[in-house]
Amino acid sequence: MGTDRRLTRLRAHEMARGLRAGAFSARELVDAHLELAHATDRGLHAWLFLDDARARARADLADRRLAEARRAGPEALAALPPLLGIPVALKDLVVTRGQSSTAGSRILQGFVGPFDAHIAERIDAAGGVVLGKTNMDEFAMGSSTEHSAWGPTANPWDLGRVPGGSSGGSAAAVAAYHCAVAIGTDTGGSIRQPAALCGIVGMKPTYGRVSRYGIVAFASSLDQVGPFGRDVRDAAALLQTVAGRDERDSTSSPLPVPDYLADLPADDDAAARAVRGLRLGLPREYFVPGMEPGVEARVREAVQTLASAGAEIVDVSLPHTDYGLATYYIIAPAEASANLARYDGIRYGWSVRDGDVLANYLATRGAGFGDEVKRRIMLGTYALSAGYYDAYYVKAQKVRTMIKGDFDAAFERVDAIVAPTSPSVAFPLGARLDDPVAMYLSDACTLPVNVAGLPGISIPCGLSGGLPVGLQIIGRPWDEGRLFRIARAYEAVTADADWRRLEPSDLPALADPAIRPPRLPGATAQT
Amino acid sequence: MAETALPGPAAAGATRWEAVIGIEVHAQLRTASKMFCRCSTDLRDARPNSRTCPVCLGLPGVLPVINRRAVELVLATGIAIEAEIAPVTRWDRKNYFYPDLPKGYQISQYDLPLASHGRLTFDTSEGPCTVRIRRAHLEEDTARLQHTTDELGRRISLVDFNRSGLPLMEVVTEADIRTAEQARRYAEELRLLLRTIGASDAEMENGQLRVEANVSLRPVGREEFGTRVEVKNMNSFRAVERAIAFEIERQGRALEAGEVLVQETRGWDDVRNETYRMRVKEYSDDYRYFPEPDLPPLRADPAWLDSIRASLPELPAARRARYVAELGLSPYDAGVIVGDPAASALFEEALANGAVAPKALANWITGEYLRVVRQRGDGGHASGAELAHLVAMVEEGRISGTNAKEIFARHVEAGEPVEQIVAALGLAQISDADALAAAVNEVLAAHQAAVSDYRAGKQQVAGFLVGQVMKATRGQANAAIVQRLIRERLEGGE
Repeated sequence: MGTDRRLTRLRAHEMARGLRAGAFSARELVDAHLELAHATDRGLHAWLFLDDARARARADLADRRLAEARRAGPEALAALPPLLGIPVALKDLVVTRGQSSTAGSRILQGFVGPFDAHIAERIDAAGGVVLGKTNMDEFAMGSSTEHSAWGPTANPWDLGRVPGGSSGGSAAAVAAYHCAVAIGTDTGGSIRQPAALCGIVGMKPTYGRVSRYGIVAFASSLDQVGPFGRDVRDAAALLQTVAGRDERDSTSSPLPVPDYLADLPADDDAAARAVRGLRLGLPREYFVPGMEPGVEARVREAVQTLASAGAEIVDVSLPHTDYGLATYYIIAPAEASANLARYDGIRYGWSVRDGDVLANYLATRGAGFGDEVKRRIMLGTYALSAGYYDAYYVKAQKVRTMIKGDFDAAFERVDAIVAPTSPSVAFPLGARLDDPVAMYLSDACTLPVNVAGLPGISIPCGLSGGLPVGLQIIGRPWDEGRLFRIARAYEAVTADADWRRLEPSDLPALADPAIRPPRLPGATAQT
Repeated sequence: MAETALPGPAAAGATRWEAVIGIEVHAQLRTASKMFCRCSTDLRDARPNSRTCPVCLGLPGVLPVINRRAVELVLATGIAIEAEIAPVTRWDRKNYFYPDLPKGYQISQYDLPLASHGRLTFDTSEGPCTVRIRRAHLEEDTARLQHTTDELGRRISLVDFNRSGLPLMEVVTEADIRTAEQARRYAEELRLLLRTIGASDAEMENGQLRVEANVSLRPVGREEFGTRVEVKNMNSFRAVERAIAFEIERQGRALEAGEVLVQETRGWDDVRNETYRMRVKEYSDDYRYFPEPDLPPLRADPAWLDSIRASLPELPAARRARYVAELGLSPYDAGVIVGDPAASALFEEALANGAVAPKALANWITGEYLRVVRQRGDGGHASGAELAHLVAMVEEGRISGTNAKEIFARHVEAGEPVEQIVAALGLAQISDADALAAAVNEVLAAHQAAVSDYRAGKQQVAGFLVGQVMKATRGQANAAIVQRLIRERLEGGE
């Protein structure tokens, strides 16, 4: 009513410019997003909760910082963090003080965090405005967000289809303009695959780039936090905000975080130059039979586009790719079986009192966990059991080393690897629920990257049957900056492509007629 | 088991049994903060669950951070027991469900302990004994469970997470121990070592040192081990010795009677003086150990180890040897002094602060000092320098031995310098013959009957007369000189 919904159509970097120029306030920006989210989330179910009061208070704080900087002069204004006043979503496994975090599980129903995750502290310090938390597959186990205890999330492009997962709520919220950027986590593809299926940008950084402190753990050696955005610069701004060493996470890297945004020019011609002379590897193992022809066509076209922009395309082989799935489904459930042991109903969350201690355990965990989580706890417990440990866990770790070796060898010849993100576009809700292996195969192209601990980004590269297709770019460890530059170059050379003008087709059904973005002072024409 | 020739009733007592004992010690490390978080380890007067944080409560999303000091203390212990230090170690998750374990797993070390293949040598009544130490590793403690009843009389269990995450070192011996006394002495010596290097306060009463024993019997001369029984709940060194002695006796009787022992865990009942069955182990626990992915492997680089080695104090065994070889103490005195770190420190301080005979000093420590400690519960304000001065004054004849004890008792109270006490009490010993002559004369004049008796041949009255002089001088007179003066006077004639 009082808010201007056109504000929600802006990219985060456009919002930042508008805020600094005084075209609108952070409060107006946040109100517009909250109103849209409340009005249109019924059919989408991207959110588990929206915390309007807290978001508005944070927005007002951002406005005060803006006003102060404006008084202090242009330099102070330019020095403000890029995320100041920008509406952000957190996946429901990010623990925040005083708010619910269920990780999509009944067993954490009622758990209110007594502390802030490292990334939540960083976002707060940068002035980002967290609107609420988004739906996800229970404990991040799934590829469709259907394994949420709180019901599935839909894909904004087709409400009858899944948004991907496990960070499906975050991806859908960004794609449906409920927020500018969002936090997800990626253990086997849980950022990149939903980014691909929702037509947005999502990055899984190098293992150790972002602190996991305060992130409900699924598989500790694979989990990594990363950003979603509607373009590359927005995703880079969010990663910039949350990346870096945190003493509370011993696996977080002390390596300095480069200034990603400095190398991502707004000018398309300048941005396109980043791929000239780069050697990009095309792994033959990632174009598997069973891959949808439309997906393969878009990905090959995208690779051709990069070649036209000056990249050299090199065929590479990652021979142990086939073992990625099996390796992952030993290591991840093994770690999960231990990580989820703490949910016993004794200290917090869901609790069923059913007699003695053992009965309480059985009742609480029996009713508190969903089928997919139980399936993985059983898989992991089995793989770690005496007599099976060597055959499964130890062997999987050896194969993990070989998968890493494949990438190491490839990166001696190429600067980055390009591949499909997902073998299919968004599939119908329910289509793979009864077939866990088919669901697991959704991540065949993404989980080797987690197994090897590498950074990977998924960017939109067109549509197949009216649904988004994602191009995955995989890099050397700590090479996020290069991945952003390649992704931004692709974005630049395809800026005028017809498919970029298409909206998620079900947005009208979400009771939100497509709205043109407002013109901003000093803004170059975008999209 | 089947081939064990069980003695029939006729042969009862014919088989000689040998006990095979291994000891597992858990020692709480002396750090300021817990193993993986910043919570204080000082639990004195702490309300239940007041020394906790998200990490040691195992809340969702938390991660462990290694306490470097705890690692150092285990490395120091490893060096002190001459163990091999692993150049790279890692952490493992030990998985089991229990309400005292908030994460559902304990972070421990499985196949790469920080220290392995060490040894410890100690004295027993049958001579010196060396026990091989298999491993020493680092892990976190569990919460404390308290089983009680609520106001409605229902049985309830309370959990106190203050202890959750305290750093623990587990030290495991090989099955080298053969007697209950050796077991007790090993535990005592290990405690002494841990206290000496500052690794642990190791007070058994406070649970800072927990001793468990694996006890089995086998016929003398046989290689393979018998059925093993784990003994727990031994809350003092005395309990360790008695529990193991009881268990050896019990198993021996059972075997003599032809019974088959079962692998079980037994607890020690300090009141009834016997072990009782806690649980029978029907299968081995499967803890599903796997490497802790939240913690990177730990590298103990040589420079770090060197600095730890350099900062180690003199170890008990070396100190005992030095006291005997260089200071001429008896092995017994050396053992007594070194066995008490405070006494040992006092002795060292006294030696460093005065030119006094070590033997005389040692007598003071083993005698008067330890008597005061037993009486007071601690050594009070005893200062080594003052003790050295006091002993020197006795040696020089400036004060009497009896008065020295009184002076020392007062010194301990507040640390008052002994010279000041001597002056205040007027206890300086009079050794000057001229100064004593007057007192001697007075006593002889006052006891003419005794003088006559002496001269009549009853020489033993000299002791009475010396005592009278001592009384007259309030103990300050040098008794030897008084005695000489009296004999001179009585025999010299008047």
